[in-house]
Amino acid sequence: MIKVENVYYSYPNGFEALKGVSLEIHKGEFVTIMGENGAGKTTLVKLFNGLLKPSKGVVTVDGIRTVDASVATLARKVGFVFQNPDHQLFCETVKEEVAFALRNMGFQKDVIEKRVEWALNLLDIAKYREASPFTLSGGERKRVALASVLAFDPDYLILDEPTIGQDYSQKERLRHLVLQLNQQGKTIIIVTHDVEFVAECKPRIILMSKGKILAQGPAKEVLPKADILSRASLLMPQITQLFQMLSDLGLPGNVLDEYEAWEVLKGLGGIRLA
Amino acid sequence: MPHVEVKNLSYSYGEGEEKVLKDISFEISRGEFVLLTGPSGCGKTTLCRCFNGLIPHFYGGKMDGEVSVAGLRVLDHQIHEMATVVGFVFQNPENQLFALTVERDVAFGLENLGLPKEEISKRVNWALKIVGMEGFRFAAPFELSGGQQQRVAIASVLAMQPEVIVLDEPTSFLDPATALNIFQILKRLNEDLRMTIILVEHRLELASAFIDRILLMNEGSIVLDGDPRSILSQEESRLLGIGIPKVVRLFKMLRKEGFPLESFPLTPSEGAMAIRRLVKGYDQG
Amino acid sequence: MLRMLDGFRFRRGDSVIHRLDPRIKGLYAIVMMVAAMLYSEFYAMVFLALLPIPLVFLARVRKEWLRSLKGSAFFASFIFLINLITGYLYAGLVLTSETIFYSLSMTLRFIILMESFSLFFLTTIPDDLSLAIEKIGIPHDFCFAFTSAIRFVPDLALEIQSIMDAQKSRGLELEKGSFMERVRNYIPILVPMLIRSFQRSLELAEAMESRAYGAQKKRTSLYELKMTRSDYIALGLILLFLFTIVSLRFFIPPS
Repeated sequence: MIKVENVYYSYPNGFEALKGVSLEIHKGEFVTIMGENGAGKTTLVKLFNGLLKPSKGVVTVDGIRTVDASVATLARKVGFVFQNPDHQLFCETVKEEVAFALRNMGFQKDVIEKRVEWALNLLDIAKYREASPFTLSGGERKRVALASVLAFDPDYLILDEPTIGQDYSQKERLRHLVLQLNQQGKTIIIVTHDVEFVAECKPRIILMSKGKILAQGPAKEVLPKADILSRASLLMPQITQLFQMLSDLGLPGNVLDEYEAWEVLKGLGGIRLA
Repeated sequence: MPHVEVKNLSYSYGEGEEKVLKDISFEISRGEFVLLTGPSGCGKTTLCRCFNGLIPHFYGGKMDGEVSVAGLRVLDHQIHEMATVVGFVFQNPENQLFALTVERDVAFGLENLGLPKEEISKRVNWALKIVGMEGFRFAAPFELSGGQQQRVAIASVLAMQPEVIVLDEPTSFLDPATALNIFQILKRLNEDLRMTIILVEHRLELASAFIDRILLMNEGSIVLDGDPRSILSQEESRLLGIGIPKVVRLFKMLRKEGFPLESFPLTPSEGAMAIRRLVKGYDQG
Repeated sequence: MLRMLDGFRFRRGDSVIHRLDPRIKGLYAIVMMVAAMLYSEFYAMVFLALLPIPLVFLARVRKEWLRSLKGSAFFASFIFLINLITGYLYAGLVLTSETIFYSLSMTLRFIILMESFSLFFLTTIPDDLSLAIEKIGIPHDFCFAFTSAIRFVPDLALEIQSIMDAQKSRGLELEKGSFMERVRNYIPILVPMLIRSFQRSLELAEAMESRAYGAQKKRTSLYELKMTRSDYIALGLILLFLFTIVSLRFFIPPS
């Protein structure tokens, strides 16, 4: 479990990015952290693997306080995929890139070989094994970055804005992968402002704004709250907006996607075709 | 005469390399607000760089066919000449703001053109006003949020008073409400100043309400061209993997089940109206 | 040590000093440098070192200015020690008061240099600085490169931090290991940094071209540098100061 207890964080230049944040993320959960640019989302998740230590308050990962552990130790458990893959790619081949973390963490050579192959296949980039990461497209580089983190099989996986610049089919692939990993027991934490993507994933949402948590709860509870979302510079999913405009017809205001919408409309007496 | 004319355009980045654009032809009239979209790698980024001369003059490569914007043939004019009629806003707000204050950034293009000081000052004030950033005149770029930075980028292009503005995924890094604000500004430019706008975007649920026309690309060619409602409701679009707005998806389901639809809704409010009509229709029918 | 750089970053303000023409302020820094070089007597150096203080108060940049001094403390002590040791050896393994005062003077010389340039950079908008450089004849391309470098320093700093974070999150240890290991461990930081710099340059070039960079040989400017009355007064004072210190030196040759 990741536990955050009344944490404050101020950057060296004095800016207070987190103002008294408390939350718990249990093993096996799927959580998305949402909010406007500058809300403190990335600052918060950087506390989870020790990159940042709280100015006030305590962060514990599986019982260990992050101030008592090095980033390297915490990184073993808490995998972090950064927004820009170009901030980490430096090897001559994709294979080496994916093996990098494993080597740092002291895995045995044969284990490294196996894990690298597994990760490459999982992300469908095995054919680029010997290619230079810099010759790949943007979407492919994102997958290399993801593979290099999944390779060391962290218990917790943090993805920082993974959907930026991605087209719909890339997002779908990501969504399937993430759900699959979650089903296998991984704790998934995604930082994003992509409301439609979140509406499809239906995770628990932690909504932040200006360094504080505005709301927490299942997607179905948080996404229909237009006024709270707007404080975090977010809009409700299209379907939710539509249904809320029809509240006078007795339609529920917390429908998130078109499949549920269809089920509700089917059951609605007024527009059933004989 | 069409405002933007593309005839049999083909392009590859180097000799003997694969063609990134394959025999593209289309015309855009003055004042149209066009959305250029398609799956990753379809060539939309390459195509939009053909409009202001970055291709072929900056990137080199082999370009066949014709591209003309506002009467200027791209092959015959340098990028700085094209810049007087077509402005370009890039995806990353940071790397298109070079000066240390907003004001000087907006002035940059005008200084390049050698305009007199008074004219520069006038245009800077005008452009900042349109995008709502007059209060940030003396701010430094890193003090601004992503949305504010993009507004400054738009202002700095606007100040040059182009006839066409091309934007390459300008809202990628912005949150939804900020992205919506950018599209609203673009719509104002389109309606009030009669600017032709070519917008490359993935976020169709936000953008589709503002545009007149969609050009859908795949693997270097234009596969669909037309009215947003018809393009987005077609099965071919869905199969290409672009982000069909959820409202459209819902109504595609309704249509498949046999519900009568006058026209395809694109936005939640249009969708709500359509459902009301269906309910009323049934009650009355 | 990076804190020292804080003392050289422009601080927005509206004081008399801020409003002075950058060429005047540059001249001030250069004249101070000349003064520091002309003299090595202890009391002269103390005087020169204290000279900028009223100006610092006038410009209201006391906090940042002090930070630059704090940052240069490391180098300053280094200079002091070197001079002390050489003087000690030179005097035949004896520590004389001469040596101590001389070492202090050399340290002060360094400090004077830091102070003066710090004041200059703290009170000058880099854009104005680039205008000034352009006015004295340097081609615009260089001036632009200069302003861009300054403009992107905060972004670069953030990016390096981001790269370090990303690699640390993959188990990279930057603080452990032998000297060679540590040097090797910086490759995962340097390579992405270089690549990002190239990418950024490309994006910048694209954007610049798209805004007609190079359209005219002679660019115009939204702001022009004009010397005001305060500038001429400051110029007069600086020249007077320069004249004084040079003639004094002439009449009182170095001991």
